[in-house]
Amino acid sequence: MTITLESSCEMHPQVALRPEPFGALAYHYGNRRLVFLRHPDIVRVVRNMSSHTTLRDALTAEGVDESRWPSFVQALSSLTTSEIIRVR
Amino acid sequence: MSAERLVDQMKMGLDAPICLTWELTYACNLECVHCLSSSGQRDPHELTTEQAKTVLDELRDLQVFYINIGGGEPMVRRDFFEIIEHAINNGIGVKFSTNGAFIDKKNAERLAALDYLDIQISLDGTDAATNDAVRGQGSYDTAIRAMNNLRDAGFGQFKISVVVTRHNVDQLDQFKELADSYGAQLRITRLRPAGRGADTWHELHPTNAQQRQIYNWLLAHGENVLTGDSFFHLNALGEESLPGLNLCGAGRVVCLIDPLGDVYACPFVIHDEFKAGTVLADGGFTKVWRESDLFTELREPQSAGACASCGAFDACQGGCMAAKFFTGLPLDGPDPECVGGDGEILLASVPVALTPRPSLDHSKPPKQKVHA
Repeated sequence: MTITLESSCEMHPQVALRPEPFGALAYHYGNRRLVFLRHPDIVRVVRNMSSHTTLRDALTAEGVDESRWPSFVQALSSLTTSEIIRVR
Repeated sequence: MSAERLVDQMKMGLDAPICLTWELTYACNLECVHCLSSSGQRDPHELTTEQAKTVLDELRDLQVFYINIGGGEPMVRRDFFEIIEHAINNGIGVKFSTNGAFIDKKNAERLAALDYLDIQISLDGTDAATNDAVRGQGSYDTAIRAMNNLRDAGFGQFKISVVVTRHNVDQLDQFKELADSYGAQLRITRLRPAGRGADTWHELHPTNAQQRQIYNWLLAHGENVLTGDSFFHLNALGEESLPGLNLCGAGRVVCLIDPLGDVYACPFVIHDEFKAGTVLADGGFTKVWRESDLFTELREPQSAGACASCGAFDACQGGCMAAKFFTGLPLDGPDPECVGGDGEILLASVPVALTPRPSLDHSKPPKQKVHA
């Protein structure tokens, strides 16, 4: 599923994050998918996205530079495939 | 961050393992000729229920998402359900390997009621003759009965786990059909010369031509078949890589806790040389994982040795450390099943008497002949 800056997203309730030097491991207890989140910034966005109305708000609040937003939207869209995050 | 850099990061090790195998007991009702852990008889020093629970609490704190439980036959332990329920209740998913002997109707229903539980039924042939030649008489029927019980109990998708040998490699399509008929997932893994497998590997491991057959089969079916990334040495066969992480994870993302609580670099190297420590010492598993000399060493850049000049090294990474070790080959050289044939040539020069023996052997004593 493609998400946009206006999407309201959340980490799937069955997902756990484990911090690692490169970012974090995300594990979905439901579908057993293990996914690497390869940057600390994306980890923070995933962790906190549910407390913001839109993805745009989440990226702003986490201090992600606007020039990086397209790559974040792309990376987060791919995380919907494994259901690590979902639109709420 | 690029994919390559992620692999480099993983080579340096993670804060906790991704893939932790825990063999609960050396006791087993079977005596498979390729058993990685030379199982058969229980060891009197196996972890108690309380010790096992303490380890699980530690794994919970490390956020180990799931553990792979094996043996021996793990269901032999009377506290089997107590242990797996403790794991699951602490957010540690359980995947366990079994020969199915204890999955009767009642236990199948009990297993079906648990969340975060995956089951792998071991099966090494799609007919009794092929399977039982390796796993013992009656073991095919036992596995099929267990699979029927799981299906009837509504367990959902279990896995059929196959060790690929010279004798069942032609059955890969039939294994897939069998798995599909149960709504199960097929998992195929590489035969390792570990445990009793060290004695039978030379007769059982796929030929070089069969290795290409496995590679091509996985390229065609790999998306729906699990492999535990165990065939990465086959990547040297072609341009296209098999799915999965192309690296030896021993001590980096993988390790083994044996029934005594000893920690080894991977499930295929139960030998003193690859023992990193014990969960029973001060600092527990965490200290072994993060600070042991062995694991620190395995996370340092490894020498490509004799493989350095080979164009395929990036693809195969020199193969499997355990396979080299137990066939007497140097660790910084080709895998015994090197698809380029380099391992085979080296093997010919290794005197059998000089190959390392597994440190532990829990095989049952040979059966006494009954004289009338």
